Parts: sequence; structure tokens; C-alpha cells
Amino acid sequence: MDEPILSVRDLVVKFSLRGDILTAIRGASLDLYPGETLAIVGESGAGKSVLTKTWNGMLDANGWVDSGSIMFEGKDLAKFKTEQEWLTIRGSKIAMVFQDPMTALNPLKLVGKQIQETIELHQGLHGEQAKKKAIDIISQVGIPDAEMRYHQYPHEFSGGMRQRVVIAITVACNPKILICDEPTTALDVTIQAQILELIRNLQKELGTTLVYITHDLGVVANVADRVAVMYAGEIIEYGTVEEIFYDPRHPYTWALLSSLPQLGVKGEPLYSIKGTPPNLFVEIEGDAFAPRNPHALKIDFVKAPPFFQVSPTHYAKTWLLDPRAPKVEPPPIVKSMQSKYKEYAI
Amino acid sequence: MRQEEREVLIELDNVRVEFKGKGKKPFVAVKDVSFQIYKGETFGLVGETGSGKTTIGRAIVRINKTAAGDIFFRGKKINGVISKELDREVTRKIQMIFQDPMASLNERAKVDYIVSEGLYNIKGFKDEEDRKRKVEKALLDVGLLPEFASRFPHEFSGGQRQRIGIARALIMEPEFIIADEPISSLDVSIRAQILNLLSDLQKNKGLTYLFISHDLSVVRFIADRVAVIHKGQIVELAETEKLFSSPLHPYTRALLSAVPIPDPRIEKKKQILIYDPSCHDYSIDKPKWTEIDDGHFVLANNAEIEQYKMMLKNPVAMNNTYAML
Repeated sequence: MDEPILSVRDLVVKFSLRGDILTAIRGASLDLYPGETLAIVGESGAGKSVLTKTWNGMLDANGWVDSGSIMFEGKDLAKFKTEQEWLTIRGSKIAMVFQDPMTALNPLKLVGKQIQETIELHQGLHGEQAKKKAIDIISQVGIPDAEMRYHQYPHEFSGGMRQRVVIAITVACNPKILICDEPTTALDVTIQAQILELIRNLQKELGTTLVYITHDLGVVANVADRVAVMYAGEIIEYGTVEEIFYDPRHPYTWALLSSLPQLGVKGEPLYSIKGTPPNLFVEIEGDAFAPRNPHALKIDFVKAPPFFQVSPTHYAKTWLLDPRAPKVEPPPIVKSMQSKYKEYAI
Repeated sequence: MRQEEREVLIELDNVRVEFKGKGKKPFVAVKDVSFQIYKGETFGLVGETGSGKTTIGRAIVRINKTAAGDIFFRGKKINGVISKELDREVTRKIQMIFQDPMASLNERAKVDYIVSEGLYNIKGFKDEEDRKRKVEKALLDVGLLPEFASRFPHEFSGGQRQRIGIARALIMEPEFIIADEPISSLDVSIRAQILNLLSDLQKNKGLTYLFISHDLSVVRFIADRVAVIHKGQIVELAETEKLFSSPLHPYTRALLSAVPIPDPRIEKKKQILIYDPSCHDYSIDKPKWTEIDDGHFVLANNAEIEQYKMMLKNPVAMNNTYAML
């Protein structure tokens, strides 16, 4: 594989909330390769958004990187302190598309002007040239009548069109890495499909590296080359999209897949994960998922597992992969995914 | 089961709901909607934002007035002007569960009050002791502890709050529950819990559900029959598996093709269909609500009915991703 474009090592992120310290990211490591699409999945509070917000300095004011490194273009982003430094990265190198297109745009400014602003700021074009480029980009993201749309306000756009505008603004700077934080959650399925298609085409055209943050495993299956599963501030399993869907190894990944209604059998109860995610205000001993894990071993409550290699691209953080561990069969839904995979292979 | 033998609980007959703007032509949110919901079934209503699916639910519970058509509950007309007694019966027997448990519970009231608010309204209890017992039972039914009655909503997680929302409906001992996107704002792992709870309650209490959702995959799992609504009109209605295996209306097919499936092999190969309303030529040949196959209704004109009948005979031609699951 190529050299990673961005490399996160042992990242710890903490927040101070009313005098208490919350550890949102507990030692996450991740490589991002140029041109790929990585999906980060997990429940709310798992730290998906926080992890990516450390890459462009968008952590809330009460949060900080406690230790670890984020290497990007020879610089350690974890050491960045000033807004000045971040301005060299944010938007131009690493950009973000947010969930809610209703709040991401300025309601008092012409849509075209908002796109033009970014072009003037990041590409050094001005006046008529910048305007022309803005109109080009509007049509590039699939909005008809670009010229007319340039002179409209956000309220004259539908939800899907607004998300297109937000995407237009981010691609205007031609960033190396584009982080899409639940980009389609607020949209209807038919619009969602169009937006995913649009992002995919822009990626092909511009060679952008994409990071999707989502809890929708259907979207993951659609877009991702590789998947990282997060739980309680840690990455607990990562691999290619096929490895994660057809040969998952971590009990949490099993549980996530088993609880999907799409894969459930009608009339039978769906698998549901017992209990709630751990309290991140206190130190977690052992494996964070152990209390909810029906396959937990004694050691899970004492010592956190290391990553075990499943294949050169597939790693999982569970003691079940230790050679001394008892053999545990994955749940039925995971097994049926496996056998389906074999059917296709033939 | 043959349809004639099944007891009809709710019936909508050409219902129309309008919203009036300032002096302009009224906006028609729901037009000519007709369907029946049988006792004990889960009826799924699927559509996109603004399609009118919530308005239909609200028309049934008498929040939105109907401009035309009739709504029947157990054969009695419940829209328009009705007697006080019937109004009270409807209030009791038809309950709603809402989408966002963060917004739908009164932040300043204790769970005890939130759950028994409906009882207060209809004076549905003998004395304080009776009310307490009812609250306790409702909380236990949804898997919460009776002690929770003295707490405030903010002390609960999203999944627990949705359970409170369900308890509040259950305490009225309803026959029919309208669940309006009850799991859309919940986390993946919590969704499964709430779906299981809803189907357990249905089994134990013989409830009937109208399950409103934009998520076809959830509807497929929970509903017995599904109606697809587009711009205020129901375009297709069938038993769930029939709708998913042989969708006829182009809008249903487009909607089905767009739903992401958690299986990368299928998902990466799939073709998305786009629905273009101008594909219908309704200038002379007007569309009718037609039963094309046993229990399978579609909105179509004569030419289209012929075409759909051909499609039913040659299921190969319909090749859709859901058939692969």
C-alpha cells in the first residue's frame, strides 16, 4: 500500500466539563491512505466526530489533545496551538461537510457569494474570475441553472440542494482530505443516494481522500473501501469493507450487524446490545465493551486487549483472537453474511 | 388469512386534508387516501419528507381536520363533528408515539405526571392509589423500573425516554397506536430494543399499529402490509413481502432502489432508479386506485394497469436489489 496521507498514533483527547475530565478518545491509532474512502462507524458518543475534529482544529474550546500524534504532510497537527496554524490546514487541506445543511449556510448571503468567498480566500482568484469559477462549481455539483442559482438565498434551496451547496463550498478549495460527518442523515433516501453519488464522482474527478462518519451501515456498504469501528473512544476493529461485513471478528461489530433490522428475520426478535456504553468520566479497566459482551472472558475485565492481526489489512482488538482463547462462534446473522459472501464468490 | 374474515379496525375513505394559506388556494397535503387497517396488524406507511404521512396520522387522532372523506374506527365515523362520548373513546383507544423522545416529553414534569397525563384528561382512574398502580404497571410493561416515576426526563437516555413515551400511550389501554417515526432519532443499538418492545407489546396486548416511517428497511422488518405515499397520494399498497419482491409503481421502485443495504457486494453494484412524475401520461386516461392482484393496490390508469399486469407475469423483468437479500 502507499504511504499514508494522514497518520494518527495513540491519540488521547480530553474534555473538561464542569470541573470533571472526560476522556473522549482513549488512544486511537489510524492510517488514512491517499484516494481511499474510509468509513468510521459507531454509536453516538463513541468519539467518531471528536476524532476527526482534531485533524482540522475544530475541537470545542473545552477539549484538547492530551497525548499522541497526528502526522499530515510532515507536520504534527496534535502540536498545533494557534488559529494561524490551523488556517493553513482547515478548508484548504482538510475540509468538512456537516450533517445539517440547514444551519451550515449563512441565510443572509447569496449562495453564490458564499462559494465565491472560499474561492477568493483559498485560490487567490478575484472578482469576475472568482464568480465564474463559483458558477462552474455550482453546476459541477449538479445544480441546474447555475447562473440563476448564484443569485439566490439559501432559503430558496431544498435540503438536498443546500447540501450540494455545502459540498460545493468545500470542494471549491480542492482539499486533500474531505471529512463527511453524517452528510445524508437529515435527507430523504432518494436524495441521499444522489448526494452519495455526487461525492463519489467528485472524488473520482479530484482524487480527494474521503472520510465518512456515519452510523448507517447501509451507507457504509455503499461508499467505503475501508471501515474503522469505534467504541467508547477507541478503534476496536478495522479492515476492508468486505472484511468488516463478511468476516467481522470483534463482538461489538457482531452486535452492531446483528441489531440491523435489514438483516433481521421477520417475526423473530432482533438482537439488541444489553446495557449502555461506559461512563467516560472514569478510568476504564480492561476491555470497555466487556460488561455488555456476552462472549467476555475473565481477562477482558482486567486487561485491555491489544490489536490482533486477522489479515494484512484487518485488525481487531479482542482477546477472542488470542491463540489461548476459547473458540467462539459468531452470531447467526454474521454467519449468514459469510455464507452469502461465499455464494457470490462462486 | 383471507381479508374478508379479518376485522377492520380503522378505515379511511377518500380522505383529503387541506392547509389554508393567506387567501391563496389551499395546500392539499393529503388527497383521496383510502385504506383499511385490520385488527392486530402492523400497517406501515412510508414516504418522504412532506409526503403527508404524518398528516394522515394526525387526521386519525383528530388533530388535523379533514376537508373531505370519512375516517371510521370500528365502523363508527370519527372525523368531523362527533359526540362527546365518541370523542372520549377515540382519545382513549387511539394513542400516538412520537419521533423525538428528547422533544416530546415535558422537561419540567416528573415521569409520574407525564405518564398519567392522559388519565387526568379523561379521568381514567378511581383514586390516587389506582392511578399510581396504573403508572407502575405501564412503566413495568415498557421495561422501566417503577422507581423512575419520581424522576425527570433529562435523567434518562434516548432509548429510555422513548420507553416513557410508549408507557404514556399504554396507560390509556389503547387498541390502536400510531407510531410516528418512533425509532428514527435513536442509535442503531437502541433501535433494536424499541422495535422488539413494540412487537412484544403487540403480541401481549393485541395492539394494532400504524407505523409511519421514511425508512423502508425498518418497515420491512416490522410491518405486515405497507402503503407508499407520494405527495399526499398513496401510490401503492400491498403485503410487505409482495411490495418488496414485486413493486409496480415507478415511485415505489425508485424508493426501494435508493435504500442502502448493509451488504457491500449488493450495494456497490446496485442501480438507482430515479422517479420522474412526467412518466405518467394522465391527460386523458385518468389514474384510479386499482386492486391489481389479491390485496395489491396501485394508483394507475388503464394503460399502466395492463403494463403492471405484464410485469407481475414476468417477475424477472423487475429485478430489484431487495429480491437479492
